[in-house]
Amino acid sequence: MNFTQWGLEPGPLLLGALVTLGLTAISIALGQVVGLGLALLRRQQWGLLSPLLAAYISVIRATPLLTLALAVFFITPALGYDISAPAAAILAMTINTSAFNCEIWRGGFAQFPRDQLDAAKAGGMGATLRLRRIVLPQVGRQVLPLLVNEMTILIKNSPAVAVIGIVELTRTAVRIGANTYRPLPPLIAALVLYILIIWLVVAAQRYLERHYKARLT
Amino acid sequence: MIVHELVVAWKHIGDLLDGAALTVVLSVVAGASSLLLGCGLTLVLMSRQRRLASVLRGFIELMRCTPFLLLAYLVYYGLPSFGLRMSNIQSGLLALLLYHGAYVAQILRAGWLARPREEIEAGLAFGFRGVLLARRLILPNLWTSCAPALGNQMIQVVKDTSFLTIIAVPELTSAANSLQSNYYIPFAALFSAVFFYWLICVVIELGVSMLRRKAERFQ
Repeated sequence: MNFTQWGLEPGPLLLGALVTLGLTAISIALGQVVGLGLALLRRQQWGLLSPLLAAYISVIRATPLLTLALAVFFITPALGYDISAPAAAILAMTINTSAFNCEIWRGGFAQFPRDQLDAAKAGGMGATLRLRRIVLPQVGRQVLPLLVNEMTILIKNSPAVAVIGIVELTRTAVRIGANTYRPLPPLIAALVLYILIIWLVVAAQRYLERHYKARLT
Repeated sequence: MIVHELVVAWKHIGDLLDGAALTVVLSVVAGASSLLLGCGLTLVLMSRQRRLASVLRGFIELMRCTPFLLLAYLVYYGLPSFGLRMSNIQSGLLALLLYHGAYVAQILRAGWLARPREEIEAGLAFGFRGVLLARRLILPNLWTSCAPALGNQMIQVVKDTSFLTIIAVPELTSAANSLQSNYYIPFAALFSAVFFYWLICVVIELGVSMLRRKAERFQ
C-alpha cells in the first residue's frame, strides 16, 4: 500500500504514537503511586498537613496541564536544576494525574464501611495490616473504573506537552500536514491511533475486572 | 530574585488581566453554548428518532476518545479545506462547543436514564407530551441532579481553553508564556496564571453549590 500518496507518513506517526504511549505510561505508573500516597497522607491528622494538601490539590486540579508543563519546564531551571523536556513532561503529567488520583482514592476511603475497620481492630490487626489486607483490596476494586477513566483523560490531555517541544502524536500529525499541505489525512490517522490507545486501556480495565471477579468467587 | 520577578510581573499585570479576561469570555461563551447544544442533543437522543439518535451516539463516542487539541487542529486546519474560513478565536470556540456539547449530552443522558420512571409517567397521565413534558418536568429536575457533573464539565471547558494558546489565541496561558519569555520571569508569570485559573474554578464551584442550595429549597 502506498501511504504517502494519501498524505500519510506511517513511520513518524507510529513513532509519535510511541512517544505519547511511553510518556503517558510512565506518568500513569508514577501517578498511581503518588496519588495513593497523597490520599493516605491526607488521612493523617498531622497538624497543618491535611489543609495544606487540600489546598495543593485544589490548585493543581484547577491548573490546565499545558500551563503546568510550561511552569515545570521554565521554573525548574530558574531554581537551578537542569531538566530535559521529556523529564519536565513526565513530571508535569505526574503532578496533574496524581492530584486527581488522590481525590478518587479519598472518595473511595470515605465510603468504606466503618464496621469492617472495627471488626479488624477487634481481631487484633494493626493499622498497616488493616490497610493492606482489608481496606486497599476492597477500595481498590471499587475505584478501578475511576482510575482508568482518569488514565484516558491523561492520554487525551497529553498533546499539551507539545508546548515544551515534545514531538508526540498530535504534533507529528500537524508537522506532516505542514510538509504535505494536506493537514486532514495525518490528523485523522492520529485520531485513529488515539482511539486505539484509549481502547487498549479500557480493554485492560475490563480484563482486570474479570480477573478480580474470578478471584472473588 | 522572586521579589524582582513579582515587581516586573506587577508592571505588566495588564497583559495578564487581558489574557484572563479572554479566558473568561471564551469559557462563558463556550460553556453556555455547549450547555444549550448538549441539552438539544439529549432531547434528540431520548426522542423516537432512532436513526438520528444512533448517529449522535456515534458522534459523542468519537468525541469521548478525541484529545481536545486534535479536534481544535481538525477545525482550525480542516475546515478551510472545505472552503470555510474562520479566525483563530472562532475556530477555537467552535471546537470547544462541539467537544463539550457532546460531553454535556452524555452527562444529561446518563442523568435522564437514572431518574425515576414515575415522574415521566405522572406527567404523561396529566397529558404532558413531547417537548412540553421535557421542558416542564424532565429538564428542570435533570439540571439539578446533574449540576455537580455539569459544574465539573464547565471547569474542564476553562482548562481546555488553555490549548487554544497553541493555535495562537492570546488567552491567559499564552499571555503568561509571552511575559515569562520576554522578561525572564517564569515564576511570577506562570504562578499568576495558575492563580487566575484557580480563581475561575473556585467561582464555578461556588456558583454550582449556590444553585444547588437554591434548588433544594424549592423541593
